[in-house]
Amino acid sequence: MKVRIKFSKTGVMKFIGHLDMMRYFQKAIRRAKIDIAYSGGFSPHQIMSFAAPLGVGLTSLGEYFDIELRTAMDEEAIKERLNQVMAEGVAILETTALADTAGNAMASVAAAAYEVTFAEGTVLPDGWTGQLTAFLDQPQIPYHKLTSKVSRMLDLKPLLYDSKVTEEKVYLLVNASSADNIKPIFVMKAFFESIGVTISEHSLYICRMETYGLNGDKFVPLSALTE
Amino acid sequence: MRKLALKDEYLLLAEKPARYIGNEINSIQKDKETTAIRMALCFPDVYEIGMSHLGIQILYDMLNSWEDVWCERVYSPWVDMDRIMREASIPLFALESQDPIREFDFLGITIQYELCYTNILQILDLSGIPYYARERSDADPIVIGGGPCTYNPEPIADFFDLFYIGEGETRYRELLDCYLENRKQGGSRDEFLLAAARIPGIYVPRFYRTEYYPDGTVSAMKPLAEGIPARIRKELVDDVSHTCYPLKPVVPFIKTTQDRVTLELQRGCIRGCRFCQAGYLYRPVRERDVDVLKKYAITMLENTGYEEISLSSLSSSDYSGLAELIDFLITECKSQHTNISLPSLRIDAFSLDVMSKVQDVKKSSLTFAPEAGSQRLRNIINKGLTEEMILEGAATAFEAGWSRVKLYFMLGLPSETEADISGIGELANRIAAVYYETVPKEKRNGKVQIIASTSFFIPKPFTPFQWAPQATKEAFLDKAYLTRKSISSQLNQKSIKYNWHETDSSVLECVLARGDRRLAPAILEVYRKGCIFDAWSEHYRHDVWMETFKENDVDISFYTTRERADDEIFPWDFIDCGISKEYLRKEWHKARSAAQASSESEQLVTPNCREQCQGCGAASFRTGICVLDKNI
Repeated sequence: MKVRIKFSKTGVMKFIGHLDMMRYFQKAIRRAKIDIAYSGGFSPHQIMSFAAPLGVGLTSLGEYFDIELRTAMDEEAIKERLNQVMAEGVAILETTALADTAGNAMASVAAAAYEVTFAEGTVLPDGWTGQLTAFLDQPQIPYHKLTSKVSRMLDLKPLLYDSKVTEEKVYLLVNASSADNIKPIFVMKAFFESIGVTISEHSLYICRMETYGLNGDKFVPLSALTE
Repeated sequence: MRKLALKDEYLLLAEKPARYIGNEINSIQKDKETTAIRMALCFPDVYEIGMSHLGIQILYDMLNSWEDVWCERVYSPWVDMDRIMREASIPLFALESQDPIREFDFLGITIQYELCYTNILQILDLSGIPYYARERSDADPIVIGGGPCTYNPEPIADFFDLFYIGEGETRYRELLDCYLENRKQGGSRDEFLLAAARIPGIYVPRFYRTEYYPDGTVSAMKPLAEGIPARIRKELVDDVSHTCYPLKPVVPFIKTTQDRVTLELQRGCIRGCRFCQAGYLYRPVRERDVDVLKKYAITMLENTGYEEISLSSLSSSDYSGLAELIDFLITECKSQHTNISLPSLRIDAFSLDVMSKVQDVKKSSLTFAPEAGSQRLRNIINKGLTEEMILEGAATAFEAGWSRVKLYFMLGLPSETEADISGIGELANRIAAVYYETVPKEKRNGKVQIIASTSFFIPKPFTPFQWAPQATKEAFLDKAYLTRKSISSQLNQKSIKYNWHETDSSVLECVLARGDRRLAPAILEVYRKGCIFDAWSEHYRHDVWMETFKENDVDISFYTTRERADDEIFPWDFIDCGISKEYLRKEWHKARSAAQASSESEQLVTPNCREQCQGCGAASFRTGICVLDKNI
């Protein structure tokens, strides 16, 4: 039996990296006494697949991973048992049985929705909401991706599917697939650079609201993609 | 939601923010308003090292089991966070509450190795607690030291309000009650410390004065207050099967050095290796009941979700219930996909059988610790491991599929000669030869790999070698060179790899291990010059240490290369670890006459505690192996 698990990661847990979250859940599943299936070989590991990695510093209300059980178990019971052994800041939101034919969590990811808010005391220029809306409406959104490994120009536009800008927060729906994903911070950085404003990365709070897969040509939450 | 002591941007700048946020599974939250005593337990090294220490987990569990105490943890901020905290003036905080350490009643620091002394000062400094105990006020926490280095606490005695000598399980309740009583009476810090100094196992340095002869050696250690003992006797648990044990240990989010359940089989060691401090400090051997251990293992695995369990003790092969315990664990763990790790096993048919059941033979290696290259020198250090045992063990292992062997040696042992050093290469060569003799060509998986490692001998208090001189740095380098030469002249040299430990920090470790109170100002000065994490070779600055010793008129040869007279009073003699000085002296003399012997058969070795009691003094604790019928 395959089960898809949706969880939230908030509070201080945002400082725990992706690999450590995987290790955390491996132990949690053992504490919860869920009869998970193991791979073969000399060092067997739990059969578990995570959707889209979440960067350190981000919170999320829509994280996913799939597990395979050795003996079938009621989905609600899995949720309850896991919630009894969670650390503060991680909560199991939904557990859904998957059809055997369903694609795994990671391969299914197409997009993710984010909400960007600002730390208290962050000073933004007057009229920034209008400027940002105009910036996002351009036919092309150039961004210079610069890391220790890469330096290249990207066009963010085709990877940005939807957006909504208000004084309090910015909503962004972007590509999150393993092939083409972009980070919401890219969009915000590109915007602030374009209007010549320097804002510390640390004054932006970014929360992933949901992770989506494709059903036909429609984005649906991974929890609804069970076939 | 808990509020963190560090702002997001600081945490995101740091290498591993998870070191500073707490919130781990099984960590304890309490209400500070309703707990009478707040205690912070500290391991003065980075989180991943500190979290791997069983002793802190035991005390954390015990102290938090008391309703009136909230015990939290604190570790050394790594160098990146250290810098951030200094620049932003953020006081050091405890992981659970994220409250400043300075607000606590107690700061308990475990002192596991000498090279953490500057980190102790870092902890005090970042907490805003004065370095010297005598400069602290009632507003400062009481700073307690514990752990193996407190068997000679003198170099750092001025930085501590009190030391707890021995195993922590026995006297904390009494100490805390004494603190509460003093607070109720409105007593001062000094009044509490005086009362504490009367509790067995508690050493309050300010109430003792060390006097010296003109030649610099100690003439006396005098108690300065009424009713406090002249000698402090170590505390120990009589019955290790019926005491507290952390059945819900804290589970870190990040990988730590010991990232597994630790099952402590026993305390103490029956072997009397003359260089080994732990072998004397923790006598007598006390075994935990095997049924108790089985129950602990299951409960701890359930409570943590760990995928691995490790058996811990100084010499697991000597634990009498080992076969039964391992059988149980193998059956239990196989079905749960739990790995078993078995350090410190003597290599013999039994252990090889067990190891082949729990690990991948192709990937794992065999470990021998002959410590010395020749039988002559092994007899002098009383290491009861013979060449026949090593070669036989290796042959059996090679037949079973192993092809990697690790060998550990010490250089600079008392009376060591060039022939003893050459013995290292010869022994490694013989092991390699055994491989090529026992494993037919078609079954070989490439060459056998022998990895010989040497460290430098550091004489430690409460061992028969506490009288012994340490070799000079130059001599150490020559010895390492000779070892290399002896290995490269062997027939099978291509199968042997040689590693050696740094010389510089071995010299410092020796100074600090056998030092006295006169070292404290130099240690503080070194810290002020920016030294921390001395145990990490990339941060160790030998030149700063040596230059500061010079500036403070500390002659390191007084502590390192000087041979002590038989009747010298040592700075640590006021501590009673249960082993009599007479016994240690007798062992020292035995070692020295073994060094003079013309043949191995004339060398006297000391049998282990199970073979025959030697009257070391530990029987005065009336427990463990000392009260069992042990003559076999």
